[in-house]
Amino acid sequence: MGMAALPAISMLPRQSFADVPATAAVNTTGLAVTDTEVTVGILHSATGTMAISETGSIEAEKLAIEQINAAGGVLGRKIKFIQEDGASDWPTFAEKAKKLLVNDKVAAIMGCWTSASRKAVLPVVEQYNGMLYYPTFYEGLEQSKNVIYTGQEATQQILAGLNWIAKEKGAKTFFFIGSDYIWPRTSNKIARKHVENVLKGKVVGEEYYPLGNTQFNSVINKIKLTKPDVIFTDVVGGSNVAFYKQLKAAGIDLAKQPLLTISVTEDEIDGIGGENIAGAYACMKYFQSLDNANNKAFVPAFKKMWGEKTVIGDVTQAAYLGPWLWKLTVEKAGSFDVDKIAAASPGVEFKGAPEGYVRIHENHHLWSKTRVGRAKLDGQFELIYETADLVEPDPFPKGYQ
Amino acid sequence: MTDNRFFNRSELIGILMLAVLLVVVLPLTLDVFRLNLVAKYLTYAFVALGLVICWGYGGILSLGQGVFFGLGGYCMAMFLKLEASSVENTKIQSTPGIPDFMDWNQITALPFFWKPFNSLTFTIAAIILVPGIFALIIGTAMFKRRVGGTYFAIITQAVAAILTILIVGQQGYTGGINGMTDLRTLKGWDIRPDHAKIVLYFFEVGCLFVCIMIAQFVRHSKLGRILVAMREKEDRVRFSGYSVANFKIFAFCIAAVFAAIGGAMFALNVGFMSPSFVGIVPSIEMVIYTAVGGRLSILGAIYGTLLVNFAKTGLSESFPELWLFGLGGLFIAVVLAFPNGLAGIWGDYVQPRIDRLISSRKSKPDGGWTDSSVADGAPAE
Repeated sequence: MGMAALPAISMLPRQSFADVPATAAVNTTGLAVTDTEVTVGILHSATGTMAISETGSIEAEKLAIEQINAAGGVLGRKIKFIQEDGASDWPTFAEKAKKLLVNDKVAAIMGCWTSASRKAVLPVVEQYNGMLYYPTFYEGLEQSKNVIYTGQEATQQILAGLNWIAKEKGAKTFFFIGSDYIWPRTSNKIARKHVENVLKGKVVGEEYYPLGNTQFNSVINKIKLTKPDVIFTDVVGGSNVAFYKQLKAAGIDLAKQPLLTISVTEDEIDGIGGENIAGAYACMKYFQSLDNANNKAFVPAFKKMWGEKTVIGDVTQAAYLGPWLWKLTVEKAGSFDVDKIAAASPGVEFKGAPEGYVRIHENHHLWSKTRVGRAKLDGQFELIYETADLVEPDPFPKGYQ
Repeated sequence: MTDNRFFNRSELIGILMLAVLLVVVLPLTLDVFRLNLVAKYLTYAFVALGLVICWGYGGILSLGQGVFFGLGGYCMAMFLKLEASSVENTKIQSTPGIPDFMDWNQITALPFFWKPFNSLTFTIAAIILVPGIFALIIGTAMFKRRVGGTYFAIITQAVAAILTILIVGQQGYTGGINGMTDLRTLKGWDIRPDHAKIVLYFFEVGCLFVCIMIAQFVRHSKLGRILVAMREKEDRVRFSGYSVANFKIFAFCIAAVFAAIGGAMFALNVGFMSPSFVGIVPSIEMVIYTAVGGRLSILGAIYGTLLVNFAKTGLSESFPELWLFGLGGLFIAVVLAFPNGLAGIWGDYVQPRIDRLISSRKSKPDGGWTDSSVADGAPAE
């Protein structure tokens, strides 16, 4: 795939200084690459309502960049980053992405969190031919030459979890609750098709609330009336705090009433409080408590850099993958050129991923395992189930649209 | 300009200076990326201009101008989105030929109220008429019942909140919280490349000056004087036989139409429209631009908008984690120290000096006074 880069490298004049290839050879499109440095952008919300979620991603990306630099950098160049604030405002994301690409000529952008911010940035990275590493689990229905999706798309995240809970708990009836925007709606659409067509079960309720909503009493009453086997939720952000507290106050005991969430990570539990959500199941690809050698090195390194009290959720881990995958792809392509990186991405594998092992698919999403964890009182998840194999990413799932 | 009904001399100089700044200085000194940012800032200047008439002269504080900015912007964005959603651009969807967010929300046919937006003529009319009529309805309902002051401000806030919830909730029809993204062409003309950005910038500056002229006309006409009289002593105007409500409705509608033009310009220049410009916070921000610039000054409002937005971009680029504090500090400082905003600083400190300079030079045999007034140049920079 990166063949175009090979002749250029073999034509290098003199490999005089170690084996650092000449800038002219690895950067033919005028990116911010010098003989000693390469600049990337970090674009998340450091202020506004999303800051609480996106701070983890910023921290993870900075950690990855520091580790890569400590290990010698990328093609012999240290990574320098320029951080911009999207301020939880989608047009600001678009404006800052344009600034990073046009003014700063960054070689890649690690950024975005919400689907709305990605949708705002996507036309910009496509127009100016940038490379975006996007960390959040998301709704799918998208694929771009200029984006690597390091989180899971909806079918990857949801289907295995539903299969597991149907088998394990004999669940037949499901109640869906979500925040009212594209990700929960698309996720629930996929979940509904899977429940009805594959599991032969029934969806007994589907309710949406605006972002930031804090009154869930009416839907909790409906849950009590319909008595579903499983409550399936994709409520996001601060609303979760109210939702789980009200659920508990209404006397719904999560130890007896199975609840499967695809939106609560360790970060959210920090706000919800472990005692309010203990017993709930979460379905995603990473938990801080994962027991593998990579994760055992990653968690202490993260805490050393950002403090003992920080927790690491699914998206934070996916954000950590971004700079590493970019480095590995640059080295495979032998070039910083975006076209060559886009072409070389499929097949790039990262064996040091805290979640275990990931590989980039032809559609620029990641092959990854899906896991189910049960929330504990201390705010951590206990791993209950993981898929035997990597799950294939399928952003345009047939039969689920 | 011999007609004194529109400008006095210092106003004319002010408008010319603004024209030089926007048409000559900024395009020559800024690259296209920054110029496009200025174009974005200037879309808010339309709103600020409307607020000068409605709030500064008429005394009607509206905290819901985002509603009209949004209506204008969405009208424009609907047209652009339809054009970007041609069958060949959207063939990956289950239903090709409709906007992508409709497809994600399982809508299989274009809703009836979207259809007229295939026509540019209809769209341009809608940009003016939809917000205008909406303002007329709100204004009539409120002012005929003599609702004013704080109550009116609160109701405009409620309208802003309602419209945001409506847009976010009806995402199949409006794009929801994501808004309408990826707008590409206007009648086949690509609005994204650099040269298009430059053309759009000058087009926008042209529209802005038309609006400034209208504002100047309103201000210097009898209408403007009645607005001021109404602000100062509403009862006296009423007892003199004027229909206060109708004048208020008029000022409110003008402000709404200006805001809507700004919104449409925003969709064109930024290629984007989202509910984050409709709600309460952006509406209040727009009032702040006017307050910083000086709510009694047409030109002050434009400089205020530019200054606040330059500060916003500059601070957020230099201090991504702390910039909001800097911006907050700036607002507090301006409001505490200069209640009449930039225009107040200009009028109290700069203008008298220039006048003194001019009169002292004039007494000398050959006075190059135009030079000095231009050199003392742009206020507040």
